[in-house]
Amino acid sequence: MPMNMIVCCKQVLDPEAPPASFKVDPASNQVVPPPGVPPVISPFDEQAVEAALRIKDSQGGKITVLSLGNNLLRDVVKKPLSMGADELVLLEDEAYEGGDSWSTAYALAMAIKKIGEFDLVFCGRQAADWDAGQVGSGIAELLGIPSVTVARKVEVADGKATVERVIADGYQVIEVTLPALITVSNELGEARYATLKGIMAAAKKQPTIWKPADIELDPSQIGAAGRRAKLLKLFQPVREGKCEMVEGDSPAEAGANLAAKLREAKVI
Amino acid sequence: MAEFKGIMVYGEIAEGNLSAITTELLGCGRRLADESKEDLLCILIADQLGETPQKAIAFGADKVYTVENPLLKEYQTESYVVVMEKAVQDISPRVLLMGQTSVGRDLAPRLAFRLGVSAAMDCLELDIDPETKLLQQTRPVYGGNARATFSSDSFPQIATVRQKAMAPLEPDKSRKGEITPLKVDLDPAAIRTKVIETVKEEVAGIKLEDAEAIVTGGRGIGGPEGFKELEELAKVLKAAVGASRPPCDNGWVPDTMQVGLTGKIVTPELYIAVALSGASQHLAGCSGAKNIVAINRDAEANIFKEARFGVVGDWKQVLPAFTAKVKELLAG
Ligand SMILES: Cc1cc2nc3c(=O)[nH]c(=O)nc-3n(C[C@H](O)[C@H](O)[C@H](O)COP(=O)(O)OP(=O)(O)OC[C@H]3O[C@@H](n4cnc5c(N)ncnc54)[C@H](O)[C@@H]3O)c2cc1C
Ligand SMILES: Nc1ncnc2c1ncn2[C@@H]1O[C@H](COP(=O)(O)O)[C@@H](O)[C@H]1O
Repeated sequence: MPMNMIVCCKQVLDPEAPPASFKVDPASNQVVPPPGVPPVISPFDEQAVEAALRIKDSQGGKITVLSLGNNLLRDVVKKPLSMGADELVLLEDEAYEGGDSWSTAYALAMAIKKIGEFDLVFCGRQAADWDAGQVGSGIAELLGIPSVTVARKVEVADGKATVERVIADGYQVIEVTLPALITVSNELGEARYATLKGIMAAAKKQPTIWKPADIELDPSQIGAAGRRAKLLKLFQPVREGKCEMVEGDSPAEAGANLAAKLREAKVI
Repeated sequence: MAEFKGIMVYGEIAEGNLSAITTELLGCGRRLADESKEDLLCILIADQLGETPQKAIAFGADKVYTVENPLLKEYQTESYVVVMEKAVQDISPRVLLMGQTSVGRDLAPRLAFRLGVSAAMDCLELDIDPETKLLQQTRPVYGGNARATFSSDSFPQIATVRQKAMAPLEPDKSRKGEITPLKVDLDPAAIRTKVIETVKEEVAGIKLEDAEAIVTGGRGIGGPEGFKELEELAKVLKAAVGASRPPCDNGWVPDTMQVGLTGKIVTPELYIAVALSGASQHLAGCSGAKNIVAINRDAEANIFKEARFGVVGDWKQVLPAFTAKVKELLAG
């Protein structure tokens, strides 16, 4: 049976940028974007798109992608389209800036209500910037639908999804009634690459843009105004960084010297 | 309006016992309760609780609330969130602490949204502001590149706490406390998920979380054969073997071996990192190790910023001699 699916994708600073390029501006409590490193779709969200695409491959369906933010880069947010998603809806406005898990989940849930018909909503297990892992569960709660978090496999049949949920020492197989929300983890496997055909098709597609009023959002509940978690301080932990380099005439000798060094320091 | 009072710990039970995170939360909760001169409360939920309520008292709780019901045999979001919603309404704690575990990371946000409050996930430090009495929650963000301190003024203030970030108290069996059963009505029809099976994929040998020494391989190990060499070193050191994410993603080793932000959090005495670069998301899982030792052919690799000892070189040449020498030293 074809599935109606929605995937929430967040644009974030590239989490794999070299750690040395990471800077915080303590005055504004904000991260300074590293120059020359473009933002990306949060990696787990790409895998959420992949989870939806696998279902679409096997039984058909439609995938609508939702991204919330301001000044979203079209090349970045269109990536799910070039992977094979069908539609892109952007919640894009200044008013969405500075939000937290609450205001973000609220706006996304209202957008999903406006889309109306859906069987499955996918999110990443956590966004690679604030690493909160709350928005998925929050959307499910606001929509009153069941959720399964940290999935590594999702299959649908007979109005139900069967989900493998990652736990510390293995996984659980969970059956959930539809509609449901599922958050996806990297154990799902790599997201597919965009094809050339996909990139060309995506270039032609215009995203739909919803301002707060389009989805009947209460202005006091969105962006910075709707925050329930107050950020007091953002800072970089100090690293001591005094590594003693052990050398030798050959790599093998360096290895043996390392063992001797560890013995000397009573580490082994 | 109810007055919010007390620091509450959501306790997890594993194989009939309090799980390690629960004793850590009780240790942290005891300090917060003493600082704010309030009671330390603990809620325990399961099909059968056995002796765990008494143990929670020994580990620091003043009052333990128990919920026993066959429907609560396994954690499921929708049954547990109903129980916790009721418990919070009945008891009105000011602070609610949970573990950043498979359960806590699922339950805390769902409960927070149901109650209309915010939650801070994966906290490393918790403090009570002496003036406002509000909980300040410090957690890693941006993959561990930065930390953020949050607070909120809606109650309960909910926080999940990273495993091994807090120390448990020595259990004291003579401690006195109250145990109160709570009654919660559960409607099986309202639970829209069903656990079909639970599959354990634990690798043989020493568990990563418990190991005193760990040998971890990264992408530079190149394949499953390379991990055999790491196992040899691990055998000599009585260590567990871990991995950064790429070896798991590539199927060289099981996913349960991943160390890091979204893998296991480990705090061994010795952590030998071989052919991994030391991305912040990896360090998030191992920076609590006492001694990090790095072998990497790139002298600029970030892991050397965290390591105490390092060798720059190809692990294929460095490691056999290292293993042989360790064997010799430990034998002699
Ligand atoms: C939200 C998020 C969560 C994440 N969670 C985790 C997590 O929990 N755990 C985790 O590990 N990662 C996690 N990652 C991925 C992380 O960002 C890095 O991509 C990953 O840790 C890199 O693994 P690596 O160091 O093995 O590989 P690389 O970064 O590719 O490093 C390989 C290293 O091996 C060295 N090398 C190569 N060949 C040799 C040789 N022959 N001899 C010696 N040295 C050699 C290279 O110099 C290099 O330094 C996460 C990422 C994101 C975005
Ligand atoms: N601004 C956003 N736009 C679209 N989806 C988002 C946004 N923020 C969070 N999400 C979704 O919610 C997941 C969890 O985010 P978080 O709770 O912030 O870690 C992400 O992986 C996304 O799927």
